Amino acid sequence: MTIVDLNKKYDGKKVVNSVSFEIPKGKVLSLIGPNGAGKSTVMGMISRLIAKDSGVIHFEDKDLAKWKSKELAKKLAILTQHNNIQMKLTVRELVAFGRFPYSGNRLTKEDNEMIDKAIAYMELQEYEDCFIDELSGGQRQRAYIAMVIAQDTEYVLLDEPTNNLDIYHASNMMRTVRRLCDELGKTVILVLHEINYAAFYSDYVCALVNGKIAKFGTVEEVINKETLAEIYKVDFEIIYVDGKPLSVFY
Amino acid sequence: MGTLLLIISIWSLFVGVIDIDISALLSSGEGMELKIFLFSRIPRLLAILCTGVGMSVAGLIMQQLCMNKFVSPSTGATIQSAQFGILLSLVFVPGIGLWGRVLLAFGLSILGTWIFVWFVQKIQFKNTVLVPLIGIMFGNVLGGITSFIAYKFEVTQQLSTYFVGSFSLIIKGNYELVWLAVPLVIIAFIFANYFNIVGMGKDFSQNLGVNYKLVLFLGLTIAAMITASVVTIVGQISYIGLIIPNIVALFKGDKIRGTLIDTALLGALFVLGCDVIARSVIMPYELPIELIVGIIGSLLFIAMLIYKLNHGKKAIRLRKAKEGTCCE
Repeated sequence: MTIVDLNKKYDGKKVVNSVSFEIPKGKVLSLIGPNGAGKSTVMGMISRLIAKDSGVIHFEDKDLAKWKSKELAKKLAILTQHNNIQMKLTVRELVAFGRFPYSGNRLTKEDNEMIDKAIAYMELQEYEDCFIDELSGGQRQRAYIAMVIAQDTEYVLLDEPTNNLDIYHASNMMRTVRRLCDELGKTVILVLHEINYAAFYSDYVCALVNGKIAKFGTVEEVINKETLAEIYKVDFEIIYVDGKPLSVFY
Repeated sequence: MGTLLLIISIWSLFVGVIDIDISALLSSGEGMELKIFLFSRIPRLLAILCTGVGMSVAGLIMQQLCMNKFVSPSTGATIQSAQFGILLSLVFVPGIGLWGRVLLAFGLSILGTWIFVWFVQKIQFKNTVLVPLIGIMFGNVLGGITSFIAYKFEVTQQLSTYFVGSFSLIIKGNYELVWLAVPLVIIAFIFANYFNIVGMGKDFSQNLGVNYKLVLFLGLTIAAMITASVVTIVGQISYIGLIIPNIVALFKGDKIRGTLIDTALLGALFVLGCDVIARSVIMPYELPIELIVGIIGSLLFIAMLIYKLNHGKKAIRLRKAKEGTCCE
């Protein structure tokens, strides 16, 4: 997937300013940056939730705008934090919606197997018949990921998946993201607030500031003293854990 | 529930001012009993069933699409818009006939519901109670305009039959329009999963390749059409669309595929029960069903609110859930 010269204005203010980059296949890419940098807007445009003002997104040799919604839903899944959480659906019913782009109303035997697998992958078997509005935040997030797994897409976009989760659940979520990539071969694109989650769990990092790309590269290229200080305007110390750069700031 | 509905349905056929028993019905052939049966009792029963099914399903759809448990035809300005349409037909095109009146009621109720939902989505209320409040206010404004014009043109008497729901005037030949609820409910059943997905939110729908706006408009149109057909034939019946889907959801959750039939059956049962009561309390006269529905409905609604206050969002499980899970 290649993004070329993406622009977006809100009320005359440029929130995304000629952003271009390529999404490496089969890797985890994190979008980071201060508040208002345009991370979520870029993500929204990639998933077609937000209409872009100009620019082109090439997806599998075809303009993303020309994809049919149903077909795109089999290739690219997006999970945001704006879902209705009052809905009384069981975990299984929710995961089953992942098969909707394939089978519509009627679930085949194959679909049910996919659903079983997705639920087992996220270790949700015992919660399968629980209503999602009665689950904890971490469990609910896992149920949504299980739905995305059942959707069986090559690309997975996650908008702030660690939001509202405590440290335990957030780091679990990030490990799951890693597994999605390493075990299931998916390309995962994340919007993250936590620099260290991005540093530890992703392959590439794209740092945005004021709607522009400040730095795009491998974790080592972005997560270093100079670059971070430039992006966040705060002094950073970098320490290495497990061979990965982690930032310390105060 | 189906069986219970069947039993009460049959029993209700024999409740009325003139006593009819089965043996007389079968033996007399073409007597008066049979006529009453065919021209009044059976049409009345069918109208009741269609009303119950239609209004509760309309409420279910509206609640799902608006993501709000308190939205229904009566709290979403749908009923008042339909009445406004009827008024317009009475005042400005009196000779338009039943079908014209119905079309106007359809058009206005669809329009009114759309405006309400558009408004609610534009403002994005954080508090769920505000949404139905806005709907009730909007409905009251429309109702006020309707009453004003009705007084001006002296059609209040004619209009009153559309305000207070009652099945007493239903006879063969003037009620068939409510049958429209049946195909509309079937369409709703076919699109049930779409409504569920849209009810999960805009992003969720986009992810699964579902056209959010199209489904939203389609669903609201179906709900408004069902409501308008009931209002034109029977009159206003509130509460059903509000409480029946909530009661069913309390037991069975929100997956429409799984709850639509139960919602429809319970709705029919509820209206039928209320009608039998309305017919029996002051025999040989009868009360408008709106009165009975209002009393029982509000009591049920308060009971439900108290239950939710005490138990939070926990569902009532009919089957015992697996042990050691969150459902316990």
